Amino acid sequence: MNHDPHFTLNGNSVALADAEPTQSLLRWLKQQRLSGTKEGCADGDCGACTVAMVETDSRGTSRYIAVNSCLLPLGAVAGREVLTVEALAEGARLHPAQQALVDCAGSQCGYCTPGFVMSLFVGTCNSELSDHTTEGNLCRCTGYQPIRAATAVLAQQAAAGDRFVQGLATPRNAPVSTRLGSYHSPTTVSEALALKQADPDANWIAGATDLGVLLSHGQPVAPMLIALDRVAELKVLHVRDEAVRIGAGVSLAVVEKELAGMFPALDDMLPWFAARQIKNRATIGGGLGTASPIGDLAPILLALDATVHCVGVNGARDVAINDFFIDYRKTALYAGELIIAVTIPRRAHLVTASYKVAKRQTDDISIVAASFALAFDATRRVQQVRLAYGGIAAIPKRATRTETLLLGRVLDDALLEQARALLVEEFTPLSDHRADAAYRRALAGNLFAKFVAERLP
Amino acid sequence: MSGHTLRHHESAIGHVSGRAIYTDEQHPPQGMLSVYPVQAPHAHARILALDASAALALRGVHAVLTAADIPGHNDTGPIVHDEPLIAHDLVSYYGQAVAWVVADSEAEAMNAAKLVRVDYEALPALLDLPAAIAAESFHLPPVQVLRGDAEAVLAAAQHRLQGELHIGGQDHFYLETQASWASIDGEGIVHVTSSTQHPSETQHIVAHVLGIPVHRVVCRCIRMGGGFGGKETQANPYAAIVALAAWKTARPVRIKLTRALDMQLTGKRHPFFARFDVAFDDDALLQAARIELVADGGWSVDLSPPVLMRAMVHVDNAYFFPNLAVHGRIAKTNLASNTAFRGFGGPQGMLVGEEIIDRIARQLGLPADLVRERNFYRGDDDAERNQTHYGQPVVDNHLPELWAQLRASSDFDARRAAIDAHNAEHPQRKRGLAITPVKFGISFNKTEYNQAGALVHVYVDGSVQLNHGGTEMGQGLHTKILAVAAQTLGISVARIQMMVTSTDKVPNTSATAASSGSDLNGQAVKAACETLLARMAPVAAASLAGDAAEIIFENDRVFLRDQPDKSLAFDDLVRATYNARISLSATGYYRTPGLRWDPKLGRGHPFYYFAFGAAVSEVEVCGYTGVHRLLRVDLLHDVGDSIVEAIDRGQIEGGFVQGMGWLTCEELRWNDQGRLLTDAPSTYKIPTIGDVPADFRVDLFRRSSTPTTQVIFNSKGVGEPPLMLAISVREAIRDAVAAFGTARAVELAAPSTPEAIYNAICKVRGASI
Repeated sequence: MNHDPHFTLNGNSVALADAEPTQSLLRWLKQQRLSGTKEGCADGDCGACTVAMVETDSRGTSRYIAVNSCLLPLGAVAGREVLTVEALAEGARLHPAQQALVDCAGSQCGYCTPGFVMSLFVGTCNSELSDHTTEGNLCRCTGYQPIRAATAVLAQQAAAGDRFVQGLATPRNAPVSTRLGSYHSPTTVSEALALKQADPDANWIAGATDLGVLLSHGQPVAPMLIALDRVAELKVLHVRDEAVRIGAGVSLAVVEKELAGMFPALDDMLPWFAARQIKNRATIGGGLGTASPIGDLAPILLALDATVHCVGVNGARDVAINDFFIDYRKTALYAGELIIAVTIPRRAHLVTASYKVAKRQTDDISIVAASFALAFDATRRVQQVRLAYGGIAAIPKRATRTETLLLGRVLDDALLEQARALLVEEFTPLSDHRADAAYRRALAGNLFAKFVAERLP
Repeated sequence: MSGHTLRHHESAIGHVSGRAIYTDEQHPPQGMLSVYPVQAPHAHARILALDASAALALRGVHAVLTAADIPGHNDTGPIVHDEPLIAHDLVSYYGQAVAWVVADSEAEAMNAAKLVRVDYEALPALLDLPAAIAAESFHLPPVQVLRGDAEAVLAAAQHRLQGELHIGGQDHFYLETQASWASIDGEGIVHVTSSTQHPSETQHIVAHVLGIPVHRVVCRCIRMGGGFGGKETQANPYAAIVALAAWKTARPVRIKLTRALDMQLTGKRHPFFARFDVAFDDDALLQAARIELVADGGWSVDLSPPVLMRAMVHVDNAYFFPNLAVHGRIAKTNLASNTAFRGFGGPQGMLVGEEIIDRIARQLGLPADLVRERNFYRGDDDAERNQTHYGQPVVDNHLPELWAQLRASSDFDARRAAIDAHNAEHPQRKRGLAITPVKFGISFNKTEYNQAGALVHVYVDGSVQLNHGGTEMGQGLHTKILAVAAQTLGISVARIQMMVTSTDKVPNTSATAASSGSDLNGQAVKAACETLLARMAPVAAASLAGDAAEIIFENDRVFLRDQPDKSLAFDDLVRATYNARISLSATGYYRTPGLRWDPKLGRGHPFYYFAFGAAVSEVEVCGYTGVHRLLRVDLLHDVGDSIVEAIDRGQIEGGFVQGMGWLTCEELRWNDQGRLLTDAPSTYKIPTIGDVPADFRVDLFRRSSTPTTQVIFNSKGVGEPPLMLAISVREAIRDAVAAFGTARAVELAAPSTPEAIYNAICKVRGASI
C-alpha cells in the first residue's frame, strides 16, 4: 500500500498527500493556477476540461486516453500520469493538434478550445482521428466545421512519433495499491472485498463517470470509496468461440474496439452510447452496478442472455442478467458483493440489432433504447426471441408478453402489427423532460417494426 | 502581417495553448472571497422571514448579503427599474436569490447557503405563456406596427387562413458561465472585471446599486468565453453582487456561476406565441395579415421591449405584405427574465413569417420556394414593393440575385426531383428539401445606441495601443478592429496592442450587440487613426519635402504618392512627430447616419442597411422514430467586402449551427413548480460535431452592385443574421414530414425534436400517436 501518493502532472511528480480525495482534478488544477483546463459544466458533458491520461493495458502497452478532469476524483489520479494543455507546446512551438486548430480557425471564444486540443492530441497519438475524436467536446461558436477541418489535417499528417508518443514506450510499473484519505485503490479483488467487509458503508467506484458527477458537485457519496480501476483481474477480456467474457473493469472504449464485429447489437449501440471521454472510463461492471433504467448497455445484455459473474466474501456466483435488475437502481447483488465479469454467449444464428432514440443523436441519454435478438426457422417461424428495452420502466426490461406472442409463430405482417400493438401497451413509461410517455410507448412498438423492416428483409 | 493576412482569431494561439486568460482566471488578489446564492424553492412567494445566523456562525463566512445591505438602489433593470438585485419581499421565479453568502471559498459559501433559513408564503405562479395570456399578465402596454388596412383586406380576402405557433426558447450555453470579480482601491474606486458584453451598463448598474457616481466605477472586460446576447444585461447582477460584497467586506470578491446556477438564474431566448390571420390571392401573393406576437418576458422587463419590436419588424423576413398589422405583447411569467440572444427577436419573427409562407404554399398546392420568390421584396426596380411595413425601403436589396445564385449552385431543382423520386420509393424514410431567405436589419433599433468611441495611443517607439468600446466574446471583433487599424495606419498588426475593454478608456459605450460591433467600433477606430495620420502627415511632408495631402502610409513606411522609393520608416516619423510636440494620442467617434425610429408609432428608418443570405437544407426523417438527419447544407451569405474572411465564415457556420440547435435538439423544460429541469448539458442538448452534416457548403456572396451605404471597409455585420439561415432546416424537416401524407397543412413544433417530428408525422398520416 502506497501511503504517500503522488501523480505525474505534465512530467513532474506532484504530491497529493494533503489533497481532498474526492475533489475533482479539474478543481485542483484551478487551485494550482493551471487555468488552461476549463470548467464548462463539471458534469462530464462538455469536454472543456479534457486532459490526457496514460492508460497501461494488461500487455503492458501504454497509450493516452482523453478523460474529463471534472469526473476524476483526485483519489483516482494518485499514481497516474496526466497531461494538461499547458504541457503541449514547446515554448512558441505549438503541438500539431494546436497548430491545426490555429490554421483552420478552429477557435472563436476559445473557452472550449483546450478541451478540443486535448482530444485531438490524444487522437493524434493514437491515430484515431474522426468526428468521434471530439464528439465529447461542445463548442458553441464555430459550428464545428473548422474543427473537422483541423481533424482532417491531422489525419493526413504522418504520425510523427513525437516526444509524447516516444515517452509511452518506457515500461510502466504495475499499479500498486494506493490510498488517498478515504479513497482506496486496491489492485486485487480479494483486497477490494476485504476493504468492503471492513467498511460496509463504503461505495464501489469504477470509472467514476456516474458517481463522479455527484463528487464534482461536492455532494456526499459515501464515507469511503473503493476504486476498482486498478484491479487487473477485472480488466481481462476473454474471447472464446462460444462466448465472450468481459471483465467488469473493461472500459467501453476497449469493448467497442476489441469486440468490433462480434456482436451487431453492441456495434449498433457503442458509437452512440456516450462520448469518447466517458467511454474511456466507463466500465461494463459500473454500468450494471449503477443499474440506471436508461442505461444503453443493459438492453443489449438482456437481449443476448448475458450472465453476470459476482463474487463476495462468501464466494462466487452467477446471476442471469434477466434476474439482475430488481427495482429502480436496485440489483440482485448481495451486500458487499462485487461484479467481476459479464459473459455474453455468441450465437451466430440470432438476428440482433440495437436502437437508441434521444433528443440529440450523439452523446445523449436515451429516451428509449432497445435491443432485439431473434432466431427463425426456414419458414420465418420465431424460434427464439428477446425484446429488451431501456427508458420505459424503472429497470431495463424485456417485453415478455410480446416475446410470448411471437415465440413459435411465423413473423408475417399481421403478427408484426399485433406485436407492435402489444409493445405499445406492455409498458407504462413516465413522462419527463426527455419525452412524454406516449412517445416512449410508440417507440417501443415502432423500433421493433423498424428492426423487422430493416434487418429482416 | 497586414490586416489582409489575418487568417484566424487574434487570440488563437492563446486559445490553443491555454494561455488566453478569462475573467475568473486572473491571478487572484490576496484575500479573495467567493459568493453563493440562497435560492428560493418557489416560483412565486412572499418572503416572511430570513434568518442567516447559523450561516454566519460558520467558519469562513464573512457576510450574508440581503436586500437591506444595498446602499444604493436594489435594482438592475436596464430599461424599466423592476429588477431587484436581491429579492426583498417577493420571490418572482424559482431559484431566485434571496440572499448571497460571502465566504473564503465557494464551497464554504455553498454549504453556508444551505443554513440560511427563509420562511415563504407560496403564491400562485404563472409558468408559461398560455397561463400568462389567460391571466392577462403582461409587462408594459401593447405595441403595434401597422401598414394599410389589414382588417378590411382580410375581410374581403380571396383566400384566407389562420394559424398559431408556439416557439421555444433557447439557453445561450456560452461555455464560460457568468463571471465577475470586484475590488475597491485606496481611493475608493470600485474595479470590476466582468464577462460582460456591455461594460458601460455594468459600470452604471454597479454604481446605481452602490449609490455612487459612475466615475467611481471602472468596468473591464478581458474576453468572454462566449456571449451570444446572454451577457448583454445578464452579466450585470453578478458584477453588482461581487461589487456589493466587496463594498461590504472590504475584500476582493469573485463569482463564477456553476452551470446549473447559470441556467437556472439567467434569462434565455424568449419563447413566443404567435397567432396569424393572412389573406392571399390565387397566385399566392400576400395581400394582408394580422399577426399577434406574445413574447415570454419572464419575471422582469429586461430587454423584452426591443426584442419584441425586432420580432415585429422581422415577421416580414424577405416578403412584401401590402397590408400588415403586427400586435405585440410581453407576457409576465414567474420564470427567469428572458433576454437578448443572437437575433434578438428577429429569429422568432422570421419563423412566423416563414410559417405563413409554408401554410399558403401547402394550401394552394404550390412549391414553397416558388411562393417565397413571388412574395420577395423586389428591389429598387419596383419601389412600391420594396417598402417594409415600418416605412423603410429595403436598401441595396441583393436578395433576389443572391437567391438565384444559391438555387443554381445548390442544384436545387434537380435535387428536388431526386428527393421526390426517393420518397415515392421509401414509405418510412422521407427526405425533405427547403430553401429559405434571410433579410436582417443592421443597427440597434434604439437610435442612440448607434454610436461608438475609440482611443488610440502611438508611443515613441512606434508601437500602438488600441482601445475601443467593443467587447470580444469570440466573434473576432478585436481581429477585425486590428485589421482596420493596421490598414488605416499602414502598419503591421504586430505593432498594435489591443487593450482589454475598459470604461476608463472609452466611456459611454453601447453593448457589443446587434451585429454592429465592427461597424460602430471599426469606424470609431478608423476615425481615431485618421486623426493621427492627419497630425503625422505634415511632419512627414516636411521631412520628404512634399505636400501633406500626398503622403501615403503603407507597410510601416511613409512616402509621397509619386515617390514611393524615397520613404520614411513609421518609427522615425513617430519620433519626429513627438519631437515636433504633436500629440500622438487620439480619440475617435462614430455615429451611424440617417437613422430615425419612433417606437410608439412603430415607424421610421431604424436600420442603416440589411444583411442578406439564403440557405438550402436537405434532411432525411425516419417515420418510425421521428429522428432526422441533416444530409447537406448550402449557405450563401452577404458580408459585403469581408474584412477577415475566416472570421466571417466562422460567424456564418457557427450562427447556422446555433440556430439549428434552437430549432431541433435544444428544448427547455420546467416542472410544474417552475423549476428548470434542463439545467445541465446532460439534459439540455446543444449540437455536437456529429450533428453537423459532412456536406456543409458555405460561400460568401459577391454582390454585383455598389452599396449606397458607407459601412466600415464596405463590410457588413455578420454576428446575428446567419443564425436564421437555420430556418431552412426546420422547413426541410417540414417538407419531409409532409411526404408522409397528403395533408394541406403541416404543423411542426419548434423545436422539432424527434418526438415533435414524430407527432407531426402522425398528424399528416391522420393517425394517433
